[in-house]
Amino acid sequence: MSDRERAQSRRREESDAAEETTQRTESEADLEELDELLDEIDEVLEENAEEFVKNYVQKGGQ
Amino acid sequence: MALHKVLGTETEYGIVVRGDPAYNPAVASTLVVNSYPGTRVKLQWSFEEESPGRDARGHGHDAYGSPDPESAVVNSVLANGARLYVDHAHPEYSAPECYDPLEAALYDKAGEWVMRKAASVATEVSGRHVSLYKNNSDGKGNSYGAHENYLLSRETPFTDVIRFATTFLVTRQIFTGSGKIGRENDRPEVDYQITQRADFFEEEVGLETTLKRPIINTRDEPHGDPSRYRRLHVIMGDANLSEVQIFLKMGTTALMLAALEDRALPDPLDLFDPVEACWQVSHDLSMKRPLELDGGGTATALELQWRYHEWLSKYAEKELDDPVWKQVLDEWQRTLELLETEPTRLADTLDWVAKMRLLDGYRDRDGIDWTDSKLRALAHQYHDVDPDKGLYYRMAARGSMRRLFTDEQIESATVEPPTRTRAYFRGRCVTEYPGALVAANWDSLVFDVGEATLKRVPMMEPLKGDAARVAALIDEAEDAAALIERLGG
Repeated sequence: MSDRERAQSRRREESDAAEETTQRTESEADLEELDELLDEIDEVLEENAEEFVKNYVQKGGQ
Repeated sequence: MALHKVLGTETEYGIVVRGDPAYNPAVASTLVVNSYPGTRVKLQWSFEEESPGRDARGHGHDAYGSPDPESAVVNSVLANGARLYVDHAHPEYSAPECYDPLEAALYDKAGEWVMRKAASVATEVSGRHVSLYKNNSDGKGNSYGAHENYLLSRETPFTDVIRFATTFLVTRQIFTGSGKIGRENDRPEVDYQITQRADFFEEEVGLETTLKRPIINTRDEPHGDPSRYRRLHVIMGDANLSEVQIFLKMGTTALMLAALEDRALPDPLDLFDPVEACWQVSHDLSMKRPLELDGGGTATALELQWRYHEWLSKYAEKELDDPVWKQVLDEWQRTLELLETEPTRLADTLDWVAKMRLLDGYRDRDGIDWTDSKLRALAHQYHDVDPDKGLYYRMAARGSMRRLFTDEQIESATVEPPTRTRAYFRGRCVTEYPGALVAANWDSLVFDVGEATLKRVPMMEPLKGDAARVAALIDEAEDAAALIERLGG
């Protein structure tokens, strides 16, 4: 069995074993974390995004 | 047995002066480099020793041999053995020579800390807010580099490097990318792509680095004994902020090159059109696009990476003792598995996935599309080296990015050189004899010890000049003159 097949078979076993409810809770937790992250980032975002993007011009390098 | 893979990175940082869109980037970069408050020596970089125009294929022309006036102005060597200077109107940090990929990742990260401090002092002294970005594109068609360097044996035919490394470099993009909104350089339209650099590659093999960029760069500048060494100058990678990702990028590539040198790669797996495949891989977020192979048939980037993984696992098991290679292989396997099944779970490891998660989050929450300025601003801000502004750092501070190092380890790597390469000698000399150092290069240091002639110390062996060989010598030499005497005049 190649590494890849082993990996696939292991992943299949893992997902079979996982309870659907657990997965849903995990993804809810993920979303909650993302919401918090976005709220935090809102505080530090560039104030004038349009102008910032317009002025973000670099000289070509290597 | 393959030559030990001494390795390191060099990164040009993006630069912005707030409220002054007409600023001169070369002047601003000079201000940044001059502002760095850490231990360093400003000196002449011995350009006569460098030959970026020499071609590994043996053409031997030297079109770029003359000093670049912009770079000659500010050049410094830091206490950690790195070079900090201005290149192509960007501040550039070239990390010291490192012994293994873990160390290479640490010293690449130390570069961010150096740039952060330099930008902070530059802002203070100039009264202008200077921001630096560890990225490779302005989204408007201008790219700047993040290069990797790997020591190779001169005996390895360069044609083998071209045959075996090309497909690896093209397909590794699925885990080396830092993510970018849109396309550049007239490539097909795309909302978001895996890498910053892929759109800019136009040749399979070549000497250029600033235009018509090649997948395999042939610059033959070994920075060591040219009869024994080559240096592979890999220009087709993204600057990464994720520590795990830098480790993975450098580790897999070093492993592939070691196996290539030991002739342990059974098959070159040639792509039919590597240049087209560059952007095709980068533009395909599903990673399922079949790439045409030279001998007929197709394979996806993931399938090709699994082939390399299989070969290199066998190779490492047989030939390499250092546990760092097991760590590389495990991380690589986990990454390929997740890229295949649940790429979003790599949001704590790969910059392109982490950034995509943020951008998708904003698209969903605010109902904005990929062309919105807010998303583009966010995408640049991911790379800001200021820990308060930079979105990578905000995520890392929340524990959303997997770390390999503590902040203290990175801070320490800005002043302490690696101990197992010649960078140790260079870094210690910066700390111990700053007044006597007048010129430097990767493979030499030049001292003024008050005699009629300057004293040049050659360092043609990348693994010599390490702590085991020279620490006691430096500890015992009270000044540079004593050091030179102990080294044999």
